[in-house]
Order: sequence, then C-alpha cells, then structure tokens
Amino acid sequence: MARIIGGVATTHVPSIGKAIADKKQNDPYWSPFFRGFDYVQGWLAREQPDIAVVFYNDHGLNFFLDKIPTFAVGAAEEYRNQDEGWGIPVSRSIAGDPALSWHIINALVADEFDITMCQEMLVDHAVTIPMALMWPGENWPVKIVPIAINTVQHPLPSLKRCLALGRSVGRAIESYPQDLRVMVVGTGGLSHQLDGKRAGFINKEFDRLCMDKLAGEPDALTRYSVHDLVAEAGAQGVEFLNWMAMRGALSGRVKEVHRNYHIPISNTAAATVVLENGEGAERRAA
Amino acid sequence: MKQDIPGTTMFDGGQAQKGYALNRMCFSFNSAENRAAFLKDEDGYCSKYGLTPEQREAVKSRQVLRMIEVGGNVYYLAKLAGIFGLNVQDIGAQQTGTTVDEFKAKLAAAGR
Repeated sequence: MARIIGGVATTHVPSIGKAIADKKQNDPYWSPFFRGFDYVQGWLAREQPDIAVVFYNDHGLNFFLDKIPTFAVGAAEEYRNQDEGWGIPVSRSIAGDPALSWHIINALVADEFDITMCQEMLVDHAVTIPMALMWPGENWPVKIVPIAINTVQHPLPSLKRCLALGRSVGRAIESYPQDLRVMVVGTGGLSHQLDGKRAGFINKEFDRLCMDKLAGEPDALTRYSVHDLVAEAGAQGVEFLNWMAMRGALSGRVKEVHRNYHIPISNTAAATVVLENGEGAERRAA
Repeated sequence: MKQDIPGTTMFDGGQAQKGYALNRMCFSFNSAENRAAFLKDEDGYCSKYGLTPEQREAVKSRQVLRMIEVGGNVYYLAKLAGIFGLNVQDIGAQQTGTTVDEFKAKLAAAGR
C-alpha cells in the first residue's frame, strides 16, 4: 500500500527562480532562505519519496479568469512549464503518474468533492520553484500529482474546506494498492500583499500562530474566514490554503521537524516547514 | 457585515467582471511575441483587446492603483509591469507613494 511519509510547505516567490538561475544562493540577501533547504534536502535524501502530491495555486499560466476551478487535479503523463510573462526562466517538465491521479480523482468525487479533472495542465512557478528548491540537482526523482486551489478570484474555498480536501486526498493515497512512498507539498505564503495601498503588508505574529498550530492543531485555524485571512496574512497570504490542504493529507502523528522563517524575500515573509507523518492515528478534536 | 480591509481591494466577481478585458490583455503577455507587439503599438494592442476608455487611461498612466480601480488583478498586472522592467518592489513603492529603497526598508523592518 502507498504510505504518506510527510509534508513540506514552502514559499514559492517567482524571484527565487531568478536567484537560482543567477546562482545567488549564497548572497547575503538570499542565503537565510536557501539555507533553510539544507535540512529539507537531507530529509528527502533519507526518506526517498516516489511521488509528490503538490497543493498550489496557479497565477495565470494554466487557468485564465474565463474558467477558474476551485479545486483542479492534474492527470497528465507530463506537466510542462511555460513563459509566465514576468521574466523567470522556463523550468524543465515534471513527470506525472496518471494512474495515481485518477485514483485520487475517483476517491475525491466519491467523497463528494466536485473537482475539475485536467489531462493537460501547465504548472507555474508555484510548482516548479519548490521542486528546484527540494532537488537542486539535474534530476527530480519523483513524479507529481498537482492539485490547484483557487486563491486568485474570490470567493475562495475556506480553510476548513481545504483541510477537508487534504484529508480526503490523504485517505485516497493510503488506499492506493501500490507500494509507494508519497510526500505532500503545500506551496505559497506566508504573509504578503502585492496590491493596493497596503502593499508590503507582512504579519509575523499571525504567521507564527499559523505555523505553531499547523502540525498539532490545524482545526484551530479553521475559525479564520477567508476574509480574516486576507486581513491577517495579506491579499496573497491566502496561499496558506495550500498549506492547510497539505496538512490535511497527513493522518498520523504529525510532528514538525524543521522550520525556517525569514523576512523578506521579495515582498513576502518566506517560510519552509517539514512535517513528519508518524505511525499511529491522529487524535482529532470532535 | 464584513469590515473593509484598508488599502485592499478584494478581487471578487464584481472586480473580475469589470476588469475582464484588461486582465485578458495582460494574460496574453505570457507570450514574448505579444509583449513585443504591445511595445510596438500600445494603442492598437489595447484596442484589439477591447479595453474600456478608463482601462486604456489607467494603462497609459502606468499607475497600478488606477489599474486595480478598473478591475485589474495584480498577478495579471505584474505581467504588464514586467514589460516595463518593474518588479513587485517597484510597484509596491509606486502604490504606497514611497521610494523603492523606502519600500524595501519597510519590508525588512517587518522582520525585526
């Protein structure tokens, strides 16, 4: 049976892609962020995942505002990146696992999540940058199942719904008969705002609260509405929805084993967290 | 009743509907060929995408706050800003009426 080994959450700011291309990892500006990946890379080398299920949001590469799915699951053999219009290098493609994708899709719909299914899906920096951060070498040793969550056009799904989506994805993975080591990834955040007179808004206290609750008490965060999240984390800080979905997929005894938090990278409070999914059932508040 | 969040425009159905033509034009800037076509003939390119007169004026002004007022979404506007070589610190400074250095200093201060 497939087993979920843990999760990684990380910021996906586009300029990270440029910093990687320009080999700026050791620059004073960038190193506090990139150093946070030393642990992640070691953890991945030890844990050897076969698959990464990636919760992310598209920023106008695959989806335009003509059709915005709330939740969309990729079911392609290969996921390509393309010119995103803001000057970051185009990434290499990433292999998919259509059989696992369809298993997850079938399970989600049976579980009453009315998702969109995508046999062709471009993936943007929100997928490719975390991949490049986790595996900086020539090869990306995992196949992916990308799951896009709408964080762009309101109304957005709630934290509660994204946590439930993640839990459903977690149950689907654990019912997959193949022996696979699966990791889950949540990308984006933490607090930031690009638009309006409040541009540059960052909220260290709220970010800390979110990270402190994520491993042990994710349900406690569902008291925040999307409107609260915009107020507390900034207009684009709502990407924390992807983190919640990632967390939901971890059903065992969840422990934070790594955290890096640094302000600022671009306009963003940059954060990287690794959660381990230990043996034994999660104790969940009724 | 939800309180408005100061300095923040929710990109909701109303904004998405109002800004459709502008955002659709910005979406086209995923292509280098289209970015070049815009630079070559901005008026012609804007009229091809059916921008309203207010949207046309907002683009001409290069002011992001004005573009948001006419329905622009920041992820799409960033593709337009990129054509002029502006990054998110540049447009952050512009929107908050500070210099880019002041804006960056404000970001750094948020970490202390």
